[in-house]
Amino acid sequence: MSIFLAILIGGTFGFVLHRVGAGNPQNLINMLRLQDLHLAKVILLAIGVSSLILFLLLATGMINESHISIKAAYSGVIVGGLIFGVGFAIAGYCPGTCLVGMGGGRKDALFFIGGGLLGAILFTLAYGWIKSIFPSLFEGIAGGKTTLADTGVDKFQGMFDSIPSLAVAAVIAIIFILGAWKLPKRIDI
Amino acid sequence: MQIKWDWLKGGAILGAAFLLAVILVKPIGVSTQFVIFDGIVWSLFSDEVITENSDAKHGYSSSNAYLNKSGGKYAKAVENPINYGFIFVIAMFAGGFLSSKLQKGKISQEDKEAPKVYRESGHGNRYLVSFIGGILVLFGARLAGGCTSGHMMSGMMQTSLSGYMFALGTFAAAIPVAIFFYKKSSKGGA
Repeated sequence: MSIFLAILIGGTFGFVLHRVGAGNPQNLINMLRLQDLHLAKVILLAIGVSSLILFLLLATGMINESHISIKAAYSGVIVGGLIFGVGFAIAGYCPGTCLVGMGGGRKDALFFIGGGLLGAILFTLAYGWIKSIFPSLFEGIAGGKTTLADTGVDKFQGMFDSIPSLAVAAVIAIIFILGAWKLPKRIDI
Repeated sequence: MQIKWDWLKGGAILGAAFLLAVILVKPIGVSTQFVIFDGIVWSLFSDEVITENSDAKHGYSSSNAYLNKSGGKYAKAVENPINYGFIFVIAMFAGGFLSSKLQKGKISQEDKEAPKVYRESGHGNRYLVSFIGGILVLFGARLAGGCTSGHMMSGMMQTSLSGYMFALGTFAAAIPVAIFFYKKSSKGGA
């Protein structure tokens, strides 16, 4: 059953990423250099809408809480993000969209995936060493597995406990949706 | 010409895919699977990298500290490649393939090798730049513990602090680098 779901959800996700143009590095590069914000609008809307519905489902108990999975916050997240950002900007691919780009027949995606496999094994081999030299990179920030809107799941903590989590989530979702709606599609400099 | 869904339709359907994932299984994530693939290849050449261990939470342990992390979670996935996360990324490839076959119009041969914006920038070998980009992206993603999918999309959907931190780091680097790297310079470029 889980394999069937992997094919269904993974296949849908890949199909949709391709249809919104995320498998084409041209669109990602032009988003990052702030010339074509189409993909930014798509992603902001997708996050805003899904977040709002997710917290509605959580508030009404209509979702299995064990499906919620919060990643830890630590300074390595920002350092890793910076390194990620440089590669993302020059290549115009990220780990998911390169698969979609390759599925769409792009040859440069294949080279990106090759580089990705090398980068992943380099990190795998260096992990023990990095952790022993820079232990502070992996120390949790603000409790680690923390969310702005409390999910209500015991093992994760919310940052604004005194405000109803649905209200926090709704405010954030509205900011994302407004961003998606109001951002100009094209910027001509 | 490739047919692209507009932001409203595309965003709504992409959001539905995130929700479908978390309702049925768990939030979407991709970059871990690059490590799993490497681990699978590695374990073909070495019997010692992954071993069964009934004391570990997931039943496997590894001589490598990273694969051994979280009670052997990655070690288990390497030993059992037919698992949700790994099949998921293969299905993503298939989804991209299907979408490209179902749309009218083909990508030009030169666009398959390098997007137009790259060809205009005069940076030479696109394959080399893609390869280097791939190294940085996956090294960074594993240090951060996730990528655009896991941290940015799934993370911010759940309002995770880590998701916003990753987005901040990524765009702080990616926007200036993209603007600088793809500046239209016909003088040979960098």
